[in-house]
Amino acid sequence: MFPALGSAEAGSTIQLRGRCRIASLASVVGPMEGRGPLGEFFDLVTEDDLLGQSSWEKAEREMLLQSIRIACQKADLTPDDAQMLLAGDLLNQLITSGYAARSLDVPYLGLYSACATFVESLFLGAVLVEGGFCERVICATSSHHNTAERQYRLPTEFAAQRPPEAQWTVTGAAAFLLCDGGPTQAADEVQARVMAATMGRVVDYSVSDTYDLGSAMAPAAADTLIRHLSNTGQDPEDFDLILTGDLGKLGSRLTRQLIQKSRGIKLSRGNCWDAGRLIYSSEQKVQAGGSGCACQPVTFAGYIWKMAKELDLQQVLLLGTGALHSPVACQQGESIPAVAHAVELHFAGVQAGEKPSIT
Amino acid sequence: MQAGYDEIQQYRKMRQKNAPPTPLFANLLKAFFVGGAICAFGQLVLNIYRGMGFTVAEATVPLAGTMVFLGALFTGFGWYDELGEFAGMGAALPITGFANAIVSPAMEFKREGLVQGVGKHMFEVAGPVFVYGLTVSFVIGVVRYFFGAY
Amino acid sequence: MAQITLNLTELTPAHIMVLFVSLGAVVSGLGFYQPLLDFGGAGAAVPLTGFGHALVTGILDALNQQGLLGLFTGGLTSTSFGITVAVVFGYFISILFDPRG
Repeated sequence: MFPALGSAEAGSTIQLRGRCRIASLASVVGPMEGRGPLGEFFDLVTEDDLLGQSSWEKAEREMLLQSIRIACQKADLTPDDAQMLLAGDLLNQLITSGYAARSLDVPYLGLYSACATFVESLFLGAVLVEGGFCERVICATSSHHNTAERQYRLPTEFAAQRPPEAQWTVTGAAAFLLCDGGPTQAADEVQARVMAATMGRVVDYSVSDTYDLGSAMAPAAADTLIRHLSNTGQDPEDFDLILTGDLGKLGSRLTRQLIQKSRGIKLSRGNCWDAGRLIYSSEQKVQAGGSGCACQPVTFAGYIWKMAKELDLQQVLLLGTGALHSPVACQQGESIPAVAHAVELHFAGVQAGEKPSIT
Repeated sequence: MQAGYDEIQQYRKMRQKNAPPTPLFANLLKAFFVGGAICAFGQLVLNIYRGMGFTVAEATVPLAGTMVFLGALFTGFGWYDELGEFAGMGAALPITGFANAIVSPAMEFKREGLVQGVGKHMFEVAGPVFVYGLTVSFVIGVVRYFFGAY
Repeated sequence: MAQITLNLTELTPAHIMVLFVSLGAVVSGLGFYQPLLDFGGAGAAVPLTGFGHALVTGILDALNQQGLLGLFTGGLTSTSFGITVAVVFGYFISILFDPRG
């Protein structure tokens, strides 16, 4: 079944030599995420979802800026010390990122892959650093439940019932500071390097229900994951953690089944987690789980990073998934195309070695 | 990559098999009782207007106005969306839900200004209800006119 | 009934509201809504189908009184109270309250 998934013609995996190090990262979330099971791990939990701003859009921008500032502070730097800002969000014309970049003196590239934007930015940042083009790159993404809801669905005060497969957009922002190898920090500090990446192709299995994005993204997730595993000759067990972005309950289950049925590869629940399912508790009435550009990076920057020692993480695959639809396209009868990007991180003992190669 | 027909069908089956069950019965029950409660409250209001000397047909006019006002007010307090999440169409279908459909986008787009925001978006959801309600009833009027049945 | 439509189809609440207003208008046009209203009182007047009914009866009454002109004036006359309340109070309420998300 599903012979088209993960076909080798779709492209190769890009191997890096590990010059790019995640120097610091920061997570900022809204009050609802703060009340969730990962609440204590975030760097900043805001008191409300407006942050003293006059609109939710401005609040989201403020969150993105704060996450960038905190990430740079942790590395004893300021945002202006970076040579590039790679940022993205969910709003039309990327207004969160663009307007946030207005407050900084850093060259800015706006990125959009919906909820896979974070992994996309991590990959491009790593390439810029590996290639020696930039010494420091900031990758930042944000989302906000209310701004997303009013753009993609209905006014927030509208009396609509959410179906059980619906997901809740995470209010939050995360920023990563990528640095050129350089002198490593103290040995007891967690560090990670970007070692390989597989960028996804756009996959469409004719899902048209805009409340069911997990189902729309599952084939893309399966496609990229299969390609990454077969291109690098690895098994799912080679990873201490495969962290998907926001597949949700249904999407995660479908991804497992697609991979199993098309390639006979089994994903264990032990090392394959979904950020959308970690960030909220079942009492929070979020149906199938969290979603949004911020879902995966705040979970990673908060929980995963801070628990890396306890979880004994050596090798981690970040698989970001994004639904590339818009209300206009869907109203015109289009289905929901999706993309998934994967970046492989090695947490310790990785040395800078030979030149980047493409397998 | 656009999946082929066979794969799309296989995937559709897989989705159906794994879809979380919609609590249809519980939803129906909630919709029935909340919708019923709103209508029962409407009856109370209707009886008050009748007590003031209106006939039933006359009283439905201020009844609609009163219910619309209450629906709008509850939306303002931020209660109606939670009622909608609980009761689904049981909250959306009464005329109070129609008021919610008008007030919720107006509130939401307030930050884009009073003209470009509130004015422009007030009928974002309720507009189609007007358009179709009026057009369909017009057509019915035409039909009844030509059949002399009015 | 509307809940069934919502749960079992991919229709949005907006579609369903349109559907039910039109349904109310058609049932009213066939002459079946008035008995329902007599029996159910507010139970038939408050749901959106009652709005469809109000539009149709308005048009039919006006046809009676004004002839063909009533086709154009009747619908909005009968519902003008509710619509004006909705727009005017809707406006003031949206000025007074902020959305909470």
